[in-house]
Amino acid sequence: MSEDISTGADSIGLGPPRLEDLVDRESLRAMVASFEQIFGLHVRIVSGSGVNLASTTNECGLCAMVNEEPSGRRACARIVAEVKRLRLVSKEGTEHPCFTGARYRLMPIQYEGDTIGRIIVGPYVDPSNESIPDELFQVSSRIDMGRVAELLPLMPHATDVVAEAVAKHLVAVLDVVLWSGHKAHLTSTMHIASMRESFRELTKKNSALEQAYAKQKELDKLKSHFLATVSHELRTPLTSILGYGEMLSGGIAGELTPGQLDFVKIIESKSNHLLELIMSLLDLSKLESGTVMIRRGDVLLASVLNEAVSTLTPKASKKSIALVVDVPEDLPVVVGDPERLRQVFINLTENAIKFTPENGRVTLSARQVELTDPDDEGDDAGLVLLAPLRQMIEVRVSDSGIGIPEAERTKVFDPFYQVDQRHSREYEGTGLGLSIVKRLVDGHRGTVHIEGNSPQGAVFVVRLPATPASETAQQAAVAVRFAG
Amino acid sequence: MQLDFASREITIKLVYYGPALSGKTTNLVALHARAGSDTRGRLMTLETQDDRTLFFDLLPLTFRSKDGDFSLRIKLFTVPGQPIHAATRKLVLQGADGVAFIADSRIAETNRTAESYLDLRQNLKDSGIEIKKMPVIIQFNKRDLPDIRTDDELARLAQKSAEPVFRAVATRGIGVVETFICLLWNTWRSLDQSHSLAKKLSIDGDEMVKTAAQQLGVTTPYRELIATRMGAIGANPPPGGTP
Repeated sequence: MSEDISTGADSIGLGPPRLEDLVDRESLRAMVASFEQIFGLHVRIVSGSGVNLASTTNECGLCAMVNEEPSGRRACARIVAEVKRLRLVSKEGTEHPCFTGARYRLMPIQYEGDTIGRIIVGPYVDPSNESIPDELFQVSSRIDMGRVAELLPLMPHATDVVAEAVAKHLVAVLDVVLWSGHKAHLTSTMHIASMRESFRELTKKNSALEQAYAKQKELDKLKSHFLATVSHELRTPLTSILGYGEMLSGGIAGELTPGQLDFVKIIESKSNHLLELIMSLLDLSKLESGTVMIRRGDVLLASVLNEAVSTLTPKASKKSIALVVDVPEDLPVVVGDPERLRQVFINLTENAIKFTPENGRVTLSARQVELTDPDDEGDDAGLVLLAPLRQMIEVRVSDSGIGIPEAERTKVFDPFYQVDQRHSREYEGTGLGLSIVKRLVDGHRGTVHIEGNSPQGAVFVVRLPATPASETAQQAAVAVRFAG
Repeated sequence: MQLDFASREITIKLVYYGPALSGKTTNLVALHARAGSDTRGRLMTLETQDDRTLFFDLLPLTFRSKDGDFSLRIKLFTVPGQPIHAATRKLVLQGADGVAFIADSRIAETNRTAESYLDLRQNLKDSGIEIKKMPVIIQFNKRDLPDIRTDDELARLAQKSAEPVFRAVATRGIGVVETFICLLWNTWRSLDQSHSLAKKLSIDGDEMVKTAAQQLGVTTPYRELIATRMGAIGANPPPGGTP
């Protein structure tokens, strides 16, 4: 009885190995065959569990004759079973007789003190004792005495000493084979087990990451929902504040002193600013939650840019800033939502005006460009196919303002980001305009980035895909998901 | 541990753990050289071309009682120390009955050594074993090198340490047998406590460890070997003699 108390019952390399695992049967058969060739003796190698791993295939004539008889076959099977199962106590093994008068030499195969199989040499006939035992004729009365006398001399002949020496030699050779085999077996077992363990760990980590990601997405959704709800709820009382403020300043509740009027004007202005902030938040949360509808239609950028400029002209003239629109007449149309694109350029122009000092200049120019593919290695492979995809309309909104340092140029598109927090008071704003721009441009499958202006200022470059001439614009409204 | 009641045989798995190049394999080589031919099996090393342990080393040792009535088989394993073999370390550690942690004494190796110990602790934890429940011996190897952590420092810390601490120069076989015998004793005591082995198999643990020490060619009483440790008062040798 054996019991394994360790936690890892399959602990690699702890228990005795199985002979089956240590040898290559084909090679073992070849080895056994070469032994037979050299020593003229039959050899068989049997594992600890009784599996015949290799044996010489030539059957002796006498054995074949015995096996022709049913009772002979039974008797032969009994002997074979005995030599395979007989308990081997000593390292030297033992001899075992057969009813034919032949003999077997059995020797245990030991590995690190454990018996893991046996070598069976025989049947062979001892030259000093070639008499036919009576036992053979007891097995079957139909066995022909004359044939036995004929076949017996043809059996392999060896003394017990020689048979033992052969078995010992085979054990010694096998020992080397088993050692190498065990090493290879442990290596491969450990290799596979290590791979499994690594795979298990990776799978575990992956599933944890997936769960965390799903949770993150859920939280993101919740955040957008929360923003939308809060913004909406904030707007309602603010509308009343604004309304009553207007009524107060309009003198509906009676004339105000100049001091009171100033205060009310401040309340109105700040309330308006708050409203803008809330509206922007609402826009942003809609964009993030993916519930904004973007219409797809032909858009003439010239009119979009002109509208944006006319909306902001009052603001620009306050600071004596010149607003210039430069659009070539043959500019192709872009597919998009004119309302949303107007919002993009209003936000960008407003931003440009905000950071441009008095008497400055803000220019909105549009032109058609062909993008170079960053994956392209300089040749024109596939150009004929790819060129149409690279046609873009580029709109550059350039100002002569304070400019944006290169390191900050991607961060300004984050919500509430201000390049220099000191400026946030000086240049009042919601901090959301540019993040809305980014999301809307993304929604049009376009890009936006910032370049420096010479001698000073910043250029916001918006690129939108130009409509291929062959494509008829689809007028259907489609929902565009921006987030997740 | 595996118990074979029929042949009165017990197989114990001991693992030599530690950072890369701390001398785990060298410990096994030294033990192999000390053991008599009846005791030692072949030392199997599965190593790469640059002599770094790839999977593990395995040294089987078999100690037989004087009357031949009982055998204690010990399978000594080393783990690959390099960080990349994390999964293999975990697998080799599975089913370990005791651990010898081989530390590199050099000051420069202090962090790496501590990391390896934390790795051992985590791997045991992953297998559901508290390191406090596992017999662990710490060996500070490479005592012959310059810029090592001082004896004073080790002695002072060892006083507070839960594990017995040994100093060794494995390349010269110094401290190797002491570490092994103390590990064997602690492991036996721990297994006996949880499985009542002495009672079940009617074995005298004291006698068994004594036999093991003799078969490793040690003439000093094994209690004296264990007494060369630093600290770990809890790991006192058995009653029956002053170490």
